[in-house]
Amino acid sequence: MDKVSLELGSGGRTMRDFIARTIVPVLGNPRLRKLLDASHIPGGFAFTTDSYVVDPIFFPGGDIGTLAVNGTANDLVVSGAVPRFISLALILEEGLEWAALEKIIHSIRRAAKRAGVEVATGDTKVVRRGQGDKIYINTSGIGRVIAKPNAAAARLGDRIILTGTLGEHSLAVLLARGDFGLEAKVRSDCAALTFLLPLWKKGAIWMRDITRGGLATILSEMAAETPFPLVIDEEAIPLSKAVRAAAGLLGIDPLYLACEGRAVLLVREKDAARVLAALRKHPLGRRSAVIGRLDDSVGRPGELILRTTAGGLRLLEPLTSELLPRIC
Amino acid sequence: MGAENSVCLGIPVKVVELDPSGESGKVDYLGTRVQTGFALLPGIELGDWVIVHAGFAISRLDEEEARETLDLLREIVEKSENDGSFHP
Amino acid sequence: MDLFTHKTAISALLGKIKSLTRSRSSPIRVMEVCGTHTMTVHRYGLKTLLRESGVDMISGPGCPVCITPNEYHEAAIRLVTEREGLILATFGDMTRVPTRTGALQTAVPAPRSAVRVVYSPEESLTLAGKEAGKDVVFFGTGFETTIPSIALMARKARRAGLRNYAVLAALWTIPPPLRAVLESGEVRLSGFLYPGHVSAIIGTAPYEFVAREFGLPGAVAGFEPADILLAILSILEQIEDGRPRVANAYGRVVRPEGNPAARAVMDDILEPADAHWRGLGRIPRSGLILKPDYAGVDAVRKYGLDLAAGSEDLPGCRCGEVLRGVAAPPECRHFAKTCSPDSPRGPCMVSYEGACFVHFKYRDVGYG
Repeated sequence: MDKVSLELGSGGRTMRDFIARTIVPVLGNPRLRKLLDASHIPGGFAFTTDSYVVDPIFFPGGDIGTLAVNGTANDLVVSGAVPRFISLALILEEGLEWAALEKIIHSIRRAAKRAGVEVATGDTKVVRRGQGDKIYINTSGIGRVIAKPNAAAARLGDRIILTGTLGEHSLAVLLARGDFGLEAKVRSDCAALTFLLPLWKKGAIWMRDITRGGLATILSEMAAETPFPLVIDEEAIPLSKAVRAAAGLLGIDPLYLACEGRAVLLVREKDAARVLAALRKHPLGRRSAVIGRLDDSVGRPGELILRTTAGGLRLLEPLTSELLPRIC
Repeated sequence: MGAENSVCLGIPVKVVELDPSGESGKVDYLGTRVQTGFALLPGIELGDWVIVHAGFAISRLDEEEARETLDLLREIVEKSENDGSFHP
Repeated sequence: MDLFTHKTAISALLGKIKSLTRSRSSPIRVMEVCGTHTMTVHRYGLKTLLRESGVDMISGPGCPVCITPNEYHEAAIRLVTEREGLILATFGDMTRVPTRTGALQTAVPAPRSAVRVVYSPEESLTLAGKEAGKDVVFFGTGFETTIPSIALMARKARRAGLRNYAVLAALWTIPPPLRAVLESGEVRLSGFLYPGHVSAIIGTAPYEFVAREFGLPGAVAGFEPADILLAILSILEQIEDGRPRVANAYGRVVRPEGNPAARAVMDDILEPADAHWRGLGRIPRSGLILKPDYAGVDAVRKYGLDLAAGSEDLPGCRCGEVLRGVAAPPECRHFAKTCSPDSPRGPCMVSYEGACFVHFKYRDVGYG
């Protein structure tokens, strides 16, 4: 490749290959090589960073500000850390409406409060009209490590739990772009996943939030790290009416839709029922469900297998090419 | 994976809005509504169930036939449960 | 419980299919000619379940993006790279079909020109209204399900006197390639699954020659797993009683007479023409073109496009054989190695309805 393509930012295989082949070999250090969303650094801390380029910047259920706080806090939560501090870097396009900027700053304040994080430092830059699209945000986050995720320690029978319905964030953003002429009641699922933190001590051995690439991509990552194949039960996957409707009307596959407030957990079999009960007590986890398990009766290690609603089996592939640009 | 209206999607949807001309309106599926053309189905009425393709309704759902197909499926399931050829 | 997709119903249907194939020495071979059927069979893991029940599913020429030969794509590329102020509006997968002159997606447009992805033919018309200072060409392809809506756009544009709108249409009709496949004798078949929505438009009579002249059973099928299995059951029953016919297993949507209003639209605006299909070659009266009245919205006439050139597939691409049903995607040495959705060698890997893409995305579970 001699020029950057949109696919590089899609979260799919192209992006992962780019990082593995172009970034890591040059910057290569053991920590970076792990390619984790958040790295554990000396002193018992976890450190993460994310940039937000969502288009449009306002959508039902949130805005670029809410995303910027929750996305970074969530990376820390699923890496086994309590989010504590974030940095806030704003790149503003000349001409951005003042009212829009104020609204976003207030969203950031509210989201930070809900996530229990303090905005400790920041930066503001302005670029000329036309050289940036309204506003881009980068947040870096620091958290206190309370657990070490370890998918390699997974055992046969371990359960995979999904904390809620898939794809509302993507659908809300898509519809807000006005491309499809669909009218649907859907709000982004953007939320802080801090309610998952106690589960690290209650049986969760690995977690990941479902962002770009969707459930299928995240589960592929899990499958690559566990010693046994994952078998997922399609019928158990919770979907909202709006996403099911979009799937039927537009042919969108919910398994590849990004969320911004949903996670998938790997939990010991003996702890699964208790974890599920705890999740369902929380407003953000009401639709939690066990969607699969580690099972070697079909398939081989590293494989992610779906048992379809019709009872047939197939492999579930991670996202390869660009699906929806600028979804987060 | 992607959104492609060009694909045949077989879900029946309900006509919930109809322009006076009868040529366009909206269909509803699970509470989501989409603009649809009805020029290929003259005489369409509110409440009809239709199949939509590439933004146009192409056929009306025959509810009697739909019921018969469901009955046939139920019959096949019952029979297989009874004669032991059932392997879920 | 949705019986059409549920395990219980599917299992019972497969049991019934198995009881009918049990006494046979080899599996029955059923060809489907609809990309959505290909997708349903793989997406639900039905292919393996059917094989275990004595039925081999073969994919035929059922993907319009796939059977549109490269000369159309190259003509579209030339339009947007050589003409200023021209917007080439098309569906997403059309932009990624690789040709010897590249793909639409990576073409460098002429000044003030662009490739725009639309999600319905209607959108291309709206675009022409918005971009009064530019020419809009809608590059669309389809079988009889999509053809009426594309034809309607041409009519709307003409009636509105839109001077900046034209259609570059690659329109294909389903019954002729069935005859071509059968006459070639290349593929041994036990029966056909007829496409559900094409049949909603054309009815069931156009397939009767398959039973009458070639003695092959067939059934119109819907798109849920249970629909496909019911249609296969019908085919097996036809084999049992030795009476090949055109059965309709999708009666809730397909009427024997089809959709007369849709056909009237087609007859009014389009006329049959011989057409050159990727993989199948020239098939008489298998395509549809705009009537002379519609010359003003016909991109071929408006821009003097030369589609007779007969371009070739990329080297090593077996898409043509896949479309004829003589090769299954995994049999192509490029499949999943040097040909994937990220870097496709042919349209079968690009189109969401393409056999290769479907095989890639909905992979069979391997057993070591």
